[in-house]
Amino acid sequence: MSANRVRVVVTGLGATTPVGGDVTSTWAALLAGQSGVKAITEDWVDTVPVKFAGTAAVDPAEVLPRPEARRLDRSEQLAMVAAREAWQDAGAPDVAPERLGVVVSSGIGGINTTLAAYDTYKERGWNRLSPFTVPMLMPNGPAAWIGLDLGAQAGVHATVSACASGAEAVGYALDMIRAGRADVVVAGGTEAAIHPLNMAAFAAARAMSTRNDDPAGASRPWDRDRDGFVLGEGAGIIVLESEEHARARGARVYAYASGVGFSADSHHITQPEPEGRGVIMAMTQALTDADVTGVDVKHVNAHATSTPAGDVIEVQAVAKAIGTHPLVTSTKSMTGHLLGGAGGIESIFTIKALHERLVPATINLDNPDEGIEVDLVFGENRRLPGGDIAAVNNSFGFGGHNVAVVFKGA
Amino acid sequence: MAATEQDILEGLGKIINEITGIPAGEVTPDKSFVDDLDIDSLSMVEIAVAAQDEFGVEIPDDQLKNLKTVKDVLNFIQN
Repeated sequence: MSANRVRVVVTGLGATTPVGGDVTSTWAALLAGQSGVKAITEDWVDTVPVKFAGTAAVDPAEVLPRPEARRLDRSEQLAMVAAREAWQDAGAPDVAPERLGVVVSSGIGGINTTLAAYDTYKERGWNRLSPFTVPMLMPNGPAAWIGLDLGAQAGVHATVSACASGAEAVGYALDMIRAGRADVVVAGGTEAAIHPLNMAAFAAARAMSTRNDDPAGASRPWDRDRDGFVLGEGAGIIVLESEEHARARGARVYAYASGVGFSADSHHITQPEPEGRGVIMAMTQALTDADVTGVDVKHVNAHATSTPAGDVIEVQAVAKAIGTHPLVTSTKSMTGHLLGGAGGIESIFTIKALHERLVPATINLDNPDEGIEVDLVFGENRRLPGGDIAAVNNSFGFGGHNVAVVFKGA
Repeated sequence: MAATEQDILEGLGKIINEITGIPAGEVTPDKSFVDDLDIDSLSMVEIAVAAQDEFGVEIPDDQLKNLKTVKDVLNFIQN
């Protein structure tokens, strides 16, 4: 890669997750090994085989002003809460509107609104629908509302690739800045999909854990007794900025966003490709893009969702693309799987790990499965070395989408 | 209808507060939705949807556009 290429830094972080309503509380919970997965208390729980989920620790409708909350789908509420935290954390950058962009994605969109509005339509007629129904259900809604809130004019985008959506958003934002189309981009992912239809549909795909007697122990990436993913909800949003813009205003820099790799398995609509071909390709491209070698990568925040097939294929791919030395963790053991939100919050966790040189341990990993050579972090949090190091955040989605993002310590 | 004008005004004030954040006390009969309360057309639709449920009346779109002031709505609901 050219030496004079625009470098991009991370200057703001915002999150609302199953373990905390902001970045500080979320990170503290991860370091303490706390699970955000709990029994579902809604009446519909009796109609689905999976009876637990990672519900947001703080209800976003209680955080936002009431008139605003009622016009936003829950996925948009979560995104707005996280975006405002990230923006304030970045020091509310003074940037020209035509140089400010937004890339915020969700995997499923405003499905709570879609289904509730359909009930309203059927039972009470079209004229009982909110005039905001469409902007509440459209998958670009979170990005659009954040763009409006911040006055972003450089482009507002929503990349959709199921569970890779949030990471794809971060990668797209990185490319926007490097292409010279923006100086500052607010990027990340959101999801609010804990609805009986999704719980039923993912259960029908036999993708979810059914450990109903132990919700907090259900998300157990790489453990021999793992039996599927745990659905979570929340949002993670970061502020990316050209290094030149950030340094000129004296901003705090958490890390560099250094490279991204995209690939598609082209193998099966839901099953991972067994050799990890596409996953290796995404990581290899990301390293090349970031101009780092495998030796420089000291940490991987894995996609590892606690499914029988995917977890081991991923770390075997990590061993091939990067090496067996990185400290590998799955924070989904605590947050559950936020689908389109995963790449957002996990980018933040990767950045925090680099910034604090500390990797939170995977919980519920009692007996690592066979065939794993990488250095899994479990039992206790582990320190990262000082110096010039890199870390990778992986996200993969139904459809065969693979995204790897490389961050470097600042 | 049993509700008095004061009941309807209070109910309308609550709806408008819920939808727009405008304090219910500012919703008085003389106020214009657009000029005084700064309520846009989509918010008016939201208010109409809620008012239809609250007061059990139908407000057709061609009537809604004629409801310029709080007093207009009070009269419409009472009649």
